Amino acid sequence: MSEQDGNRDWSLAPAASIAAAVADGSVRARTVVAAALDRIGRIDPAVNAFTAVLADRALAGADRLDTARDRGTPLGPLAGVPFAAKNLFDIAGLPTRAGSRINRERAPAERDATLIARMEAAGAILVGALNMGEYAYDFTGENIHDGNTRNPHDPGRMSGGSSGGSGGAVAAGLVPLALASDTNGSIRVPSAFCGCFGLKPTYGRLSRAGSFPFVGSLDHLGPMGRSAGDLALAYDAMQGPDPADPAAARRDPEPVRPSLDAGVADLRIAVAGGFFARGGEADAFAAVAAVAGALSCTRTVEIPEAARARASAYLITAAEGAALHLDRLRARAGDFDPAVRDRLIAGAMLPAPLVERAQRFRRWYRAAVLDLFREVDIILAPCTPCRAPRSGQTTFVLDGVELPVRANVGLFTQPISFIGLPVVAAPVWLDGGLPLGVQIIAAPWREDLAFRVARYLERAGIVRAPVANLA
Amino acid sequence: MTDTPNDPAFDPDTYARAVAGLLGLPIDPAWMPMIAANLRVLHAAADLVGAFPLPDEAEAAPVFAA
Repeated sequence: MSEQDGNRDWSLAPAASIAAAVADGSVRARTVVAAALDRIGRIDPAVNAFTAVLADRALAGADRLDTARDRGTPLGPLAGVPFAAKNLFDIAGLPTRAGSRINRERAPAERDATLIARMEAAGAILVGALNMGEYAYDFTGENIHDGNTRNPHDPGRMSGGSSGGSGGAVAAGLVPLALASDTNGSIRVPSAFCGCFGLKPTYGRLSRAGSFPFVGSLDHLGPMGRSAGDLALAYDAMQGPDPADPAAARRDPEPVRPSLDAGVADLRIAVAGGFFARGGEADAFAAVAAVAGALSCTRTVEIPEAARARASAYLITAAEGAALHLDRLRARAGDFDPAVRDRLIAGAMLPAPLVERAQRFRRWYRAAVLDLFREVDIILAPCTPCRAPRSGQTTFVLDGVELPVRANVGLFTQPISFIGLPVVAAPVWLDGGLPLGVQIIAAPWREDLAFRVARYLERAGIVRAPVANLA
Repeated sequence: MTDTPNDPAFDPDTYARAVAGLLGLPIDPAWMPMIAANLRVLHAAADLVGAFPLPDEAEAAPVFAA
């Protein structure tokens, strides 16, 4: 199996380059997919991003694509691009395990999740399923059943979660694109820790049909990748209404690629102050400052009552997550990851009025933050309060207070997803150490603006997502 | 949020044991310290949210729409 075609190592190529080369015939899809499978076989044992590798399916898909091209059939915008999906996405023929032991006993999925089907309709090729925190209740990338996904940039550090396999696979150069989910930060946290780009779209923008849920009113799906352009390719391919997801918006696709290079001169950009400017390590705020400086942004805005928003998201997550898993907790509590089990049991015990209060606060908060978007187009905030903690680390000190890692890594992501705002997470490398992430937050349905900012920063060299040196 | 209970009268161990029966949840005593710790965090979060005055007209949305 050769990774070379025209002297190029296709296993590390950007998605856009692969699609262009497959479309113009300078490389066969089989060559690209074989290179990805070869790299996964060599590198993944050190990262543990994959829980299933679908070599036969992927090679058959590549052959179908090559045959189609030979016949002169036009190919899609992701032709021949290998990708993988967090294992809470349905993949035909596999039980959807969602990071758990219990779900392995489910019947194999009969069909692929909507987003996988849309990626493949655009020519992308699914090569495998990715590790994740159990039932997505996690920010660490650790999994007691499948083993931890290690951070490709420092194997002794967390990948972040719950989409740890997605971040690990992208940062390790195993795939140029991965699909993931984000309920409270599970795309943005691993994007920050692994140094990738990630999109958490507006709530309702991308269909969740055929994915295992966690918290219905907070669950989002989205892509992760190594450039703003690749992320946009995947996002545009997956948009569109889907009656199979009750929360999916009835909006036609609004592609972001046409405006990707429109620049930022007309955008009103501000840094989030207050809650988002304290409670983290200095580096987290330095990353935001670096981005703000590159955008000539001097304005600060206060997102009102962000601490209460975060607390509300915390309560709703605990209660809705517990309700989803109550029967499993009754019958098979011993088969859960203990850290997840104990959080869910506590969540099940929350009195209803306290949860309802959080839902009612959500309406107030949404209105207050939407008012803010009358004044600004983009708000910048840290993704996480620190760089990737050590694997197995259970507490960290923020602002002099020792706090549990698992519950607090999402400090800055939770108030944003709480009201479904779209965010591009962009990776910043301040020095020779590990990366940090900056949230580029836009008003609902304005993913296009967040993408423009990410692309501008990427072109300016402020954000980037290099493949980890794992050779 | 910290895991410091705002109301010292709240005893998460007693509460958890009482509610477990209502929920039909079998709880191994060895799990209780972490369940109690999580309840304290949730209690603090609920206090923070509950302290914010909301108009009676602020209704929860069954499905949140951005």
